Amino acid sequence: MENGTDYKKIEKTAKRKKTVVSTVTYVLLTVWAVIVLFPFYWMILTSLKSYGAYNSEYIPKFFTLSPTLQNYADAFTTVSLGRYLINTTIFTVVTTAIMLFVITFAAFAFARLDFKGKNIAFLVFLSLMMIPNELVIITNFVTVTNLDMRNSFPGLILPSVTSVFYIYLLKENFEQIPDSLYFAAKVDGTSDLKYLMKVMIPISRPTLITITILKVIECWNSYVWPRLITDDENYFLVSNGIQEIRENGFGRENIPAMMAAVVVISVPLIVLFLIFRKKVMEGVSRGGTKG
Amino acid sequence: MVISMEVVLRNLTKRFPSRDRKNHEDVIAVNDFNFEIPDGKLIGLLGPSGCGKSTTLNLISGLQKPTSGRIFFGEDDVTELPPENRGIGLVFQNYALYPHLTVKQNILFPLENLKGKDKLTKAEMLDKAMEAAKLVQIDELMDRKPKELSGGQQQRVAIARALVKMPKVLLLDEPLSNLDARLRLQTREEIRRIQRETKITTIFVTHDQEEAMSISDMIVVMKEGIVQQIGKPQEVYDSPANLFVAKFLGTPPVNVFEGQVKGGRLLIGEEDVMEAGEVPDQEVYVGIRPEGFRLQEDGEFSCKLNRVEVMGRDISMVSENKASLNSTIRAIIGTENEINMDQYKENTSVRFHLLPHKVFLFHKETEERIYFGER
Repeated sequence: MENGTDYKKIEKTAKRKKTVVSTVTYVLLTVWAVIVLFPFYWMILTSLKSYGAYNSEYIPKFFTLSPTLQNYADAFTTVSLGRYLINTTIFTVVTTAIMLFVITFAAFAFARLDFKGKNIAFLVFLSLMMIPNELVIITNFVTVTNLDMRNSFPGLILPSVTSVFYIYLLKENFEQIPDSLYFAAKVDGTSDLKYLMKVMIPISRPTLITITILKVIECWNSYVWPRLITDDENYFLVSNGIQEIRENGFGRENIPAMMAAVVVISVPLIVLFLIFRKKVMEGVSRGGTKG
Repeated sequence: MVISMEVVLRNLTKRFPSRDRKNHEDVIAVNDFNFEIPDGKLIGLLGPSGCGKSTTLNLISGLQKPTSGRIFFGEDDVTELPPENRGIGLVFQNYALYPHLTVKQNILFPLENLKGKDKLTKAEMLDKAMEAAKLVQIDELMDRKPKELSGGQQQRVAIARALVKMPKVLLLDEPLSNLDARLRLQTREEIRRIQRETKITTIFVTHDQEEAMSISDMIVVMKEGIVQQIGKPQEVYDSPANLFVAKFLGTPPVNVFEGQVKGGRLLIGEEDVMEAGEVPDQEVYVGIRPEGFRLQEDGEFSCKLNRVEVMGRDISMVSENKASLNSTIRAIIGTENEINMDQYKENTSVRFHLLPHKVFLFHKETEERIYFGER
């Protein structure tokens, strides 16, 4: 019975400890969040300052009392930001769609079918991952130039319609599906293609969504290849469009207008990520722990 | 309501190429299997793991091709037919339900693949799915996903999916091994009931002899790809063809001793326990079923008693004998005649009378049965 007081004491210490730990955690997370979010805040803030106000600030201010949307109007009217956005959307959608098609069938072949030299072929595929991207870019450039596809969508899209890593990721995912499902489907007279469409793809949906989103981000942000392969403004993507804007878009270095352009470019990705945040995490952690 | 089929296996053999680089001999998973499975019966394929029973099932289903031999469903040679054209239903050990589909969609799946004249309208499909679901009593769960079901319910869905096409032959691969003990008992009754109602020729694979014995019309005992014995469960239990079958069937297992036959009498150790009919003089293995022992003061066979285990319905006496090949001998004594167990102390000698029809003699080299006593 005399233990009663002890329990109270233990409970109290535990409670205090918990409070301290959670306080420290929250403080650290808050600091981290501020560090991460500050550049975004700065970007949006700058885009809302007028050109005059921005240039007259000798010491940058952390807020503005007279926000303006003029910069956004300038970004769309003075330079062809709209065209860049349309180009990027076409590039992203087509590339991602073709890539999903290619990697799904490749992963299916490696995971499910039996053919001579399958393992060797896959090994060669994997070893491609060890070659740095920069090296491949040179040969790709020569190839695409020889095919006379500079300044065209096929030229932009072609080099990125496949991805060894995503094939690997998807193959691992397909292999998690028990063989017995395949045999059950076989007994029921399901063709390989139908099995892929009706069973494997629906089961691997989280991974496919993750791959789609990662690929979209990759396409949206791609810079080096579009920069190399296009010099006609009509085929610029947002990434090299932005560079163009900075250099000679507004006739002078108009930082607030540029920031407005950057905000416009970033928003679609941020929205996309926020919508599919859960799916992305799910897919990545699933692939990580199970693969 | 169902046209079921007799299944005939003729010289069925399956070899797998050896993976071992040093030893190039093929692995023979099924060796010269001959069996005519009568129409509408429930057959248990029984054997320890790796005995080729699952391979046999896969050969019948068409998922694997035999190296040689033929398979007939009724008059038709189906050896070269792909699985979907054989008219079979297959239930897997892990059920193999499609996790992203509801129970209803799972059951409908086989029907959606029907082509040509077999093609059904949406309403017909739903009717059939409902009928199959009612048969296995899951019609209340049609809109759930497999992961929202218990193991037993998943098993029923798998059976319903196999039955919905009205297969001529139903194949079950270890259907109960993923269920807990109580559910296993219940589900095996269920399988029996469904089989009786549909009268579909059913072949099911198991390593659990009790399971096979309890629901099969006939059992096939296999070992290392070779059929050891085919028969009604009780017949196989009562007259095993060889030592392996005797050991494999029965819980607790048969007690095995080294013995010899001399002048028409059977000797275990030094003791002359019973007559051995016409058997010529030779060394033998003696198998005695646990229920083949009777406590008797002047019994022929003596053992050193280790302990007495009282388990309600019956009493088992665990004892030792020098000639025994098992470390202990287990004898089951019924409780119908009241016996005062207190008189049996540990480490004392206890004497048994042996029931002749529960004693089997096996040839020392071939391990074939050579004799068993008359009742």
